[in-house]
Amino acid sequence: MSQMNTLLEVSGVSVSFDGFRAINNLSFQIGPAELRAVIGPNGAGKTTFMDIVTGKTRPDEGRVLWGERSISLLALNEAQIAQAGVGRKFQKPTVFEEQSVRENLMMARRAPRSWWAVLTFRASAQDMARVEALAGEVGLQDHLDRVAGELSHGQKQWLEIGMLLAQEPRLLLVDEPAAGMTPEEREHTTDLLVEAAKTRAVVVVEHDMEFVRRLNCKVTVLHEGSVLAEGGLDHVTANPDVIDVYLGR
Amino acid sequence: MRRPFVAENPSVLVFLIGLSIFTVVVTVLAEGFGVGALSTSFVKTLGKTLCLCLVAIAMDLIWGYCGILSLGHFAFFGLGGYMVGMWLMYARTEIIVEGALAQGDIPPTPQEIIDGIGNQIFGVVGSSEFPVVWTFADSLVIQLLMVLAVPGLLALVFGWLAFRSRVAGVYLSILTQAMTLALALYLFQNDSGLRGNNGLSGLQNLPGVTAPQSAVSLWFFWASALALGAGYLLSAWVVSGKFGSVIRGIRDNEARVRFLGYPVESFKLMLFTLTAMIAAVAGALYYPQAGIVNPAEIAPIASIYLAVWVAIGGRGRLYGAVLGAAFVSLVSTWFTGGQAPDINLGVYTVHWVDWWQVILGLSFVLVTLFAPKGIGGLFDLMKREDKA
Repeated sequence: MSQMNTLLEVSGVSVSFDGFRAINNLSFQIGPAELRAVIGPNGAGKTTFMDIVTGKTRPDEGRVLWGERSISLLALNEAQIAQAGVGRKFQKPTVFEEQSVRENLMMARRAPRSWWAVLTFRASAQDMARVEALAGEVGLQDHLDRVAGELSHGQKQWLEIGMLLAQEPRLLLVDEPAAGMTPEEREHTTDLLVEAAKTRAVVVVEHDMEFVRRLNCKVTVLHEGSVLAEGGLDHVTANPDVIDVYLGR
Repeated sequence: MRRPFVAENPSVLVFLIGLSIFTVVVTVLAEGFGVGALSTSFVKTLGKTLCLCLVAIAMDLIWGYCGILSLGHFAFFGLGGYMVGMWLMYARTEIIVEGALAQGDIPPTPQEIIDGIGNQIFGVVGSSEFPVVWTFADSLVIQLLMVLAVPGLLALVFGWLAFRSRVAGVYLSILTQAMTLALALYLFQNDSGLRGNNGLSGLQNLPGVTAPQSAVSLWFFWASALALGAGYLLSAWVVSGKFGSVIRGIRDNEARVRFLGYPVESFKLMLFTLTAMIAAVAGALYYPQAGIVNPAEIAPIASIYLAVWVAIGGRGRLYGAVLGAAFVSLVSTWFTGGQAPDINLGVYTVHWVDWWQVILGLSFVLVTLFAPKGIGGLFDLMKREDKA
């Protein structure tokens, strides 16, 4: 892949916690409109990888470069990285439970983030329409004025996906989106992610091989903090190393 | 597209109408302009209570809405009192000194007047020199600006240091307690330039005003009501829109707000500074009604009481803070003012002055454990019954 077509480039990144090497010389690249699944056994470093990209954890060494101008994300804080276009969905749905679906989506919607801009913000008709359209995309159009805490688990997952889309990020990091969903809900989620990946980069961390198969995309297998294999799902599942550490268990 | 925010928040209108009616009723009943059913000292108590309601609103903004349990906001309240008190004391002493010196055969020089004022004000701490902090004490306009600027700047610097290092939760509460304690201890010193433990006194006498206190007390009552109404309106506007969403988000899940791209620290710093300035305005109106401001006012316990009022009133709703502050401070005045009859149990006499503290502490614990929504929660219950 040429430099021109890389949105995020992680190279030679390592990080240790109390002597434990969570990430070990990891390299990873993704293009501006690409869907990628990241799989790996527990403790392989999937969440730490996301923490590094989103600025929550600082790596001990390595580079994380972003965008056409190859900005180093390591120089930015969490809020700046989010503003640069990295959106994250957590494994456990984390929506603002005491606020309505509309307020959650409006807060996430892409707009200037400084306190002054937020204080003087008044939602335009366009903002309202966009929030309602987003709610429709994630099946919450009838719940706009409900408090998010009242939603079911699956609905909260979707609200969070909606919030992620509202941010209009260039890269979506999605941690186990299908956890706790019914088969129909999973299908809907798959469609949403595949659709989103047509215009932006989407990284899905997932345990569920069935779900990964349905995403039908390139797969990166992590093991002990580095990349073990990369390629199509059939390709990596045929890899003896992968069978050994992951599928063999 | 959007309705004005008062239309979306009917409680704001209800509050403002209620406050207006209260103001008119007190005026009609007061000695100053009305029938005289309310004594001047009671009007002052009511005026002071309105100021306490205003500082409680500030506390509710920072704690109830944004989750930052500041236990130092009474320091800003006290500083506001000091800033306006400096002018009141200077200007009044100037009139007295000029009057006294005019009795002499030769007209006094400006230096003699200055020395006279200095002697009057600082004699009590064994000095007659004007400290640097009194540089602008002769200018009402500058001192009024300092009511906002000095506490605002203190909050800005303190908040910047604390929030930048991501100090939060109980550690921040302790830090704010340390701030108010340090300020109180500094002001207690005689060479602090603000008359040590004597504080600033005689603040109830407006320089050059000959109107009786019964009238002056009402002027301050009106000003306090106006400030409370304006503060309520401003606070309601601040928490109504997306800004309110973001600060409540910070309260409930700070990390998530950060991942949405909001600079959490600057939101906290802005709100901390804004609430410090609201508290300072409240203090600047309170102390001329109290007549005296001294370092004991900003002892750490005062800021804790502030948190207790808001907790009992119901945090996270502005009228809750107002109800809590009004209710607890008025009941407190009643108990500690010696009006509550002591109860003689034979072996033991219950002195309310002492036992009130115990009741207050106990009710704080009970409210926290069993009624986290406080008095304001009663309105939720009534609403629910309406629907049912």
